[in-house]
Amino acid sequence: MDKTIAQATISVDQEGYLTDFSQWNKEIGTEIAKEQGIEMTDKHWEVIDYIQDQFKNEHPLSIRGIKKSGVLNIKEFYALFPGGPLKKATMIAGIPKPKSCI
Amino acid sequence: MKNLVILGAGTAGTMMSNHLVSKLPKNEWQITVVDQYKTHYYQPGFLFLPFDIYTTKQVKKKGAKFIPKGVNYINEKIELIQPEDNKVLLENGTELPYDILIIATGTKIAPEEIEGMKSPEWHKSVFDFYTYEGAKALRDKFREWEGGKLVVHITEMPIKCPVAPLEFAFLADSYFKNKGMRDKVDITFVTPLGGAFTKPKATQALHHLLTDKGIKEVTDFNIERVDYENNKIIDYAETEVPYDILVTVPTNMGDALIERSGMGDDLNFVPTNKATLQTEEHENIFAIGDATNLPASKAGSVAHFEAEILTDNILRYINGEPLKEEFDGHANCFIETGGGKALLIDFNYTHEPVEGTFPFPGVGPLNLLKESRTNHMGKMAFRWIYWNMLIKGIHIPFVSATMSEKGKHFEETEA
Repeated sequence: MDKTIAQATISVDQEGYLTDFSQWNKEIGTEIAKEQGIEMTDKHWEVIDYIQDQFKNEHPLSIRGIKKSGVLNIKEFYALFPGGPLKKATMIAGIPKPKSCI
Repeated sequence: MKNLVILGAGTAGTMMSNHLVSKLPKNEWQITVVDQYKTHYYQPGFLFLPFDIYTTKQVKKKGAKFIPKGVNYINEKIELIQPEDNKVLLENGTELPYDILIIATGTKIAPEEIEGMKSPEWHKSVFDFYTYEGAKALRDKFREWEGGKLVVHITEMPIKCPVAPLEFAFLADSYFKNKGMRDKVDITFVTPLGGAFTKPKATQALHHLLTDKGIKEVTDFNIERVDYENNKIIDYAETEVPYDILVTVPTNMGDALIERSGMGDDLNFVPTNKATLQTEEHENIFAIGDATNLPASKAGSVAHFEAEILTDNILRYINGEPLKEEFDGHANCFIETGGGKALLIDFNYTHEPVEGTFPFPGVGPLNLLKESRTNHMGKMAFRWIYWNMLIKGIHIPFVSATMSEKGKHFEETEA
């Protein structure tokens, strides 16, 4: 379905995840973050960069992967994106919700 | 004489030795299987051991019984794989050169990955049931337990047999009902996933069963540590779940051998082509079963389906033909739901578990995604099939390696 956000029309799935990453930009990310109650800072963007990088290289995302990312530890990850950090961060990053395997 | 070496004599390695011994010319190929342990465990049975449904004798046999004649079977610990020299080094110093190597070293629990999990309370109030020792210790504990909080917990994905923790919770419900003490036992199912299972369709069905049986669910729980002194598990969001008995599925990792040999990913699983089962790094090394990084379930049924395709591909590789890109991630699992009933699910890389009948379209006798007694009988019969057909590489009639779409009600998995 379509959603209008940051003066752009994007397509999202039922839960609000972008279905086409090419439609994403930083303004859209900022607005989605606001909807999740998160005010983006440089540290947040550093994490989003890392997450988008993993996605582009087809590396599956996991909490364990965050531990080894060198970007931040898991406690900090939870502090930046309270609640479900992987779910929220991927939604802000404009990529699909991680399917934790099988 | 050429050498084909199989590392690991578990479900996958034993099956491969049985498949290949009849396919490779004996005057050209020597097949060798290496495993450090002499015992072959029926791992699906570990689920039933804690509830006194199976005896210890029913879940273990001598491994040598299942390795066919003509195969060289070595009981020795493997020190290192040296892919550059096409050699495997054993702990006793023996060198095994190979022309083709099959890695079937499986996956193991790694409780030391989580702070406080492998503590003095290990196998006293904190248990696993993925090892023979853990399942047996739990059986002894349950026999005399007077009730309290039972927490069934998954540490992180992927794990071997992802439905086993749920089955454990269902069987615990039945077990304590039968003992007349269900009212004294509080059962909670704690998972890092957003729901009861990894596949949305099956999650719905399983969620209802949990609710019906009065089992509480705690989802999205990423464990940080076990506070074994105060009997609680704590996650990164600081949610706490108290327990009297914690039954956890620790982090699953590939064998340490894979790490020593520098051949694994973060969890020591071997990067493997998901359709051909050739490893990504070395064209004469193949991997099968739980040892791979395939996005398929880590389950005996998966290894069984893989074995048929891998056998073909080994023969193709020997003949210099292109490999078949055929493996579709097919898995087929009985889910024991307690009270003498079970569900059956059938799925692959792209298709969700569906409703329908199995293995005969429209006939069954087994029902997919529905609780039934016939399914339970199927699960019980499977132990016989395992020892007498599956690991011996005998084809199970009517069940194909790739998933059949007939007689099933499909919905595509979202890409």
